[in-house]
Amino acid sequence: MTNEKNYMHKSWWKLLAVVLLTYTVIAGFLGPVPHLPLLQETIRNLYFHVCMWFAMMILFTVSVVNSIRYLRTFNLKYDIYARQFAVVAIVFGILGYSTGAIWASYTWADPNKPAANAFSTIARDPKLIGAAIALLVYFAYLILRDSVQDMDKKARISAVYNIFAYAILFPSIWILPRILPSLHPGNDGENPALDVKNDIDSGMRLVFYPAVIGWTLLGVWIATLKIRFNLLKEKKMSA
Amino acid sequence: MLELRQQYSFYGILLYIGATIFVLFMAIDGPESAVWNGLFWVIQLFICINAVAKSFLQESRGRMLYFYSIASPTAFVLSKLLFNSLLMIIMSLLSLLLFTMFLGNPILKAGPFVGLVLLGGWSLSLVFSFLAAIAAKAQQNAAIMAVLGFPIIIPQLILLMRLSGAAFSPLLSIPLSTVLMLVALDALIILLAVILFPFLWKD
Repeated sequence: MTNEKNYMHKSWWKLLAVVLLTYTVIAGFLGPVPHLPLLQETIRNLYFHVCMWFAMMILFTVSVVNSIRYLRTFNLKYDIYARQFAVVAIVFGILGYSTGAIWASYTWADPNKPAANAFSTIARDPKLIGAAIALLVYFAYLILRDSVQDMDKKARISAVYNIFAYAILFPSIWILPRILPSLHPGNDGENPALDVKNDIDSGMRLVFYPAVIGWTLLGVWIATLKIRFNLLKEKKMSA
Repeated sequence: MLELRQQYSFYGILLYIGATIFVLFMAIDGPESAVWNGLFWVIQLFICINAVAKSFLQESRGRMLYFYSIASPTAFVLSKLLFNSLLMIIMSLLSLLLFTMFLGNPILKAGPFVGLVLLGGWSLSLVFSFLAAIAAKAQQNAAIMAVLGFPIIIPQLILLMRLSGAAFSPLLSIPLSTVLMLVALDALIILLAVILFPFLWKD
């Protein structure tokens, strides 16, 4: 218990998150970027949009790992972990969606048509379908979790659903985009999220990788705050 | 199992298939192949929810306790999956038959399409059997099953629709690798069900 609680109270990784994000914002807005046709300066959104999805996937994975730990130990603490990480991951997913929408409205949408007309074509893109499905699955997880009253049963059922959904969902959202045609960068059997070879030069990578770590650490920070709050609430209720 | 004891539920599903397809027959006259394909898979989805949801939701508490005392969870979930797969495969073939009777037959490659229908029915029944077990434990109705299941099943449905779309065109061929991937996903679902069901089982 003490060992695991410790990392939440340590401050070095929170400082690291602040430093990395400050660096991301400054270097992301001021640093040099390659000027590609169509993208131009909007490529700076890469430091935010893509990182949101990376952080979301990492946080969902943490949530599932905690669900597995719950089923192995039946310690309610892990159930709280799993839930809070899932909630923060959903927030990152929504942010990823909105940054993506802003980006797409400058690059994909036809400027001669109103944005609403372009929506149904853009939303059909397999990568957007995958993202929408991921969010829907985790909304369903929250609904399922809140629909059960009994504490232990709630934890057990939602942990089972979390593992099942994750195991079905993630292979299919990694596989689908490689089969279906898409506007989104990164086709041709490469990484489905971004075109590492052509779009990003080495200067951008220097910002991009720290940005991923920084955003993920920020997510973990928020989640641990919520976990600590909920653990205290639990303690107060049982006392 | 349940369907043998309560035969009305089995006939209920049959009637459901017949009635739904008849409504479609009234609503559209000779749909083109893309519409036909889309409608067919959506109907499959709804048949599956209706047919498979019963398997766990209608079992009474006492009977579950009885099963609990005589069988291991692995054996129980495997038998459920097997039974639901067979049920769904029969239902799929039946609805395919009715579809071709009422809505015309735009299929050019009958053999591969029937194969895909069987595979699709099997995948749907596996996913929804397990979700029915979860929904039954949460003491919820079939509505929560739809909420839980639709997002999970969408990727597989997209693949199935893509693949079966090829059966309507003389030029496209059905890629074998995608079919194998669907089979692999089904195997994954069975594996997960066997691992996870014991946790749902004990109360």
